Amino acid sequence: MQAFTSVSGAAAPLMLSNVDTDVIIRIERLTSGADLGHFAFEALRYLPDGTPDPECVLNEPRFSGAPILLAGRNFGCGSSREGAVTALMGMGVRCVIAPGFGDIFFANSFRNGLLPVVLAEEIVERLAAQSRDGNFTVDLQSQTVEAPSGEQVAFSVDKLQRDGLLEGLDDIGLTLKSSADIHAWQMADRVHRPWVWQTER
Amino acid sequence: MARTLFEKIWDAHVIRDLGDGWALLHIDRHLLHDLSGPPALDEIARRGLAVCNPGLVFATPDHAVSSRPGRDAKSFELGGYLYDMLKSRSQAAHIRFFDLGQEGQGIVHVMGPELGLVLPGVTLICGDSHTCTNGGLGALAFGVGQSESAHALATQTLRQKKPKLMRVRFEGAIGQGVTPKDLILHLIGSLGAAAGSGYAIEYAGSAIRAMPVEGRLTICNLSVELGAKYGLVAPDEKTFAFLEGRRFTPQGASFNEAVASWRELFSDDDARFDREEVIDVGSISPTVTWGTSPEQVIPIDGVVPDPAAASDPEERKTRQAALDYMGLEAGRPIAGTKIDWVFIGSCTNSRITDLREAAALARGHHVARGVTAWVVPGSETVKRQAEAEGLDHIFRSAGFEWREPGCSLCVAANGESVPSGARAVSTSNRNFVGRQGSGARTHLASPAMAAAAAIMGELTDVRRI
Ligand code: SF4
Repeated sequence: MQAFTSVSGAAAPLMLSNVDTDVIIRIERLTSGADLGHFAFEALRYLPDGTPDPECVLNEPRFSGAPILLAGRNFGCGSSREGAVTALMGMGVRCVIAPGFGDIFFANSFRNGLLPVVLAEEIVERLAAQSRDGNFTVDLQSQTVEAPSGEQVAFSVDKLQRDGLLEGLDDIGLTLKSSADIHAWQMADRVHRPWVWQTER
Repeated sequence: MARTLFEKIWDAHVIRDLGDGWALLHIDRHLLHDLSGPPALDEIARRGLAVCNPGLVFATPDHAVSSRPGRDAKSFELGGYLYDMLKSRSQAAHIRFFDLGQEGQGIVHVMGPELGLVLPGVTLICGDSHTCTNGGLGALAFGVGQSESAHALATQTLRQKKPKLMRVRFEGAIGQGVTPKDLILHLIGSLGAAAGSGYAIEYAGSAIRAMPVEGRLTICNLSVELGAKYGLVAPDEKTFAFLEGRRFTPQGASFNEAVASWRELFSDDDARFDREEVIDVGSISPTVTWGTSPEQVIPIDGVVPDPAAASDPEERKTRQAALDYMGLEAGRPIAGTKIDWVFIGSCTNSRITDLREAAALARGHHVARGVTAWVVPGSETVKRQAEAEGLDHIFRSAGFEWREPGCSLCVAANGESVPSGARAVSTSNRNFVGRQGSGARTHLASPAMAAAAAIMGELTDVRRI
């Protein structure tokens, strides 16, 4: 997995609530082997004829390739498709800042090197108001966002997830180190709940 | 110490405490479907790892298969490719694969309970957000992405953080024409689509106790539309009766032993929840969505809300965008809105009880001119049972198309979609922009409401038919 320490650059404000993973990437783009970055947010970014919609904030030249996305409430709700994270990363996004996230999207982000940052709604709005003033920096080590105004905002990430992202850890590898514990648990469970294991029918 | 239902199941599956509320949890059941299964199996193969416990993993194609009558795996070409991958990789890994045309094939969240693969007190995952459906049987069931699915295939465990706990008590008696689908849509409308984020939700109360298992599965199904990864209902006599005799349910003495342990699965009287809500179900009407988020709901006798009424500018913008997409006018009654398509299906409402409800309305009527109406049974077993009961005949005579089991129009990943600009009444769970097809407009509703809309050609209060 790609590690994440810090990122600096433009922050695109997409301040809509409940942006779901179907909107982030349509399912048929996932199965067709398309360039996911190109098709990210296609219903928002493109007109019906496939040309970029000049009204969409994500198409403003200053936000092209922005590594940070500022978003509304409940970003990434809906489907568990991990392609939503890959599509964002394909657009160049490494960090999404929002008042809240869909739980599965939130977990998927950490597993792919995308940092989701939860901040209070007023703060996200305050940051969004500065999005045309210059660059932002998000630093995971110090858990701070620096706005163009110089304002520093603190956020927090669970240690287990922070360490995983900072070091780009492979958690399958980590868990496999507990194989003996897993095996012992299973042996005891076969006695305790035999019916769970009787699946040969 | 008093514990909730969720905590009892969680605690029983902790292999290692990882600190700060995180645990290494054992996963008892893992379901794979044609979209998320192949990449997860590929990932562990790429790392040279084997499937840890193939006997606990089950696969079936549902998302990308065609539902066309007489279909085969290749009727939708891309789906055929995914089908081949799921089948060959499952078989190579000794994972049981329920093939098209066989009992057991169907939408994962329909076939799991129906086969008795989902049992009270088990942990269950699938690379699919509606895995929460299975909590209706008292399982700790949740959706994951493909990399967590790969983790579970390789280790039979997941690293998870214990969520906060919410209890929603549905109290009272349900009115005529009102179904579990209306209850959960109403709840999402009242609390908002993000209310459950970070929570596991236990549904309780007299209306849940009185509800058949199928209805509980419908309620739990939409937990993720409320923002929650988990929804669950304490198992009871109805649950045990539902499970008895199913293919993978323990048999004989083993069943009695299992039931004895399942009886311990309830929230203790003084167990603590982080949030509690009580809903009086008597006040709930048949409910539909008007917008592009499942929280944008109104009773069928309501009017389309005015975005200007929202105090928050972000909310105003979001609601206006939804109205524009849906082609609706604020202030107009929602009933009477002309419709073009009806979809009765999906893991929310494609079980035999749902089809019976819809057929009861369709009997002796005909689908309105200009409306295309599909009935897609949730599984091969549902299909066979419906045909044995003659429901297919009722639907066909009423002008509905009777199709093959799968996700079909719920997701438009199988060559089937609602045309752009067309208005559909759907028994599924997502009215997102483009969900049923690019530019398609979706109103979520119960099977009875969907059947009524098909017959009248417009959104209709089922209580008036
Ligand atoms: S029916 Fe729809 S919601 Fe359910 S699993 Fe299939 S695609 Fe997902």
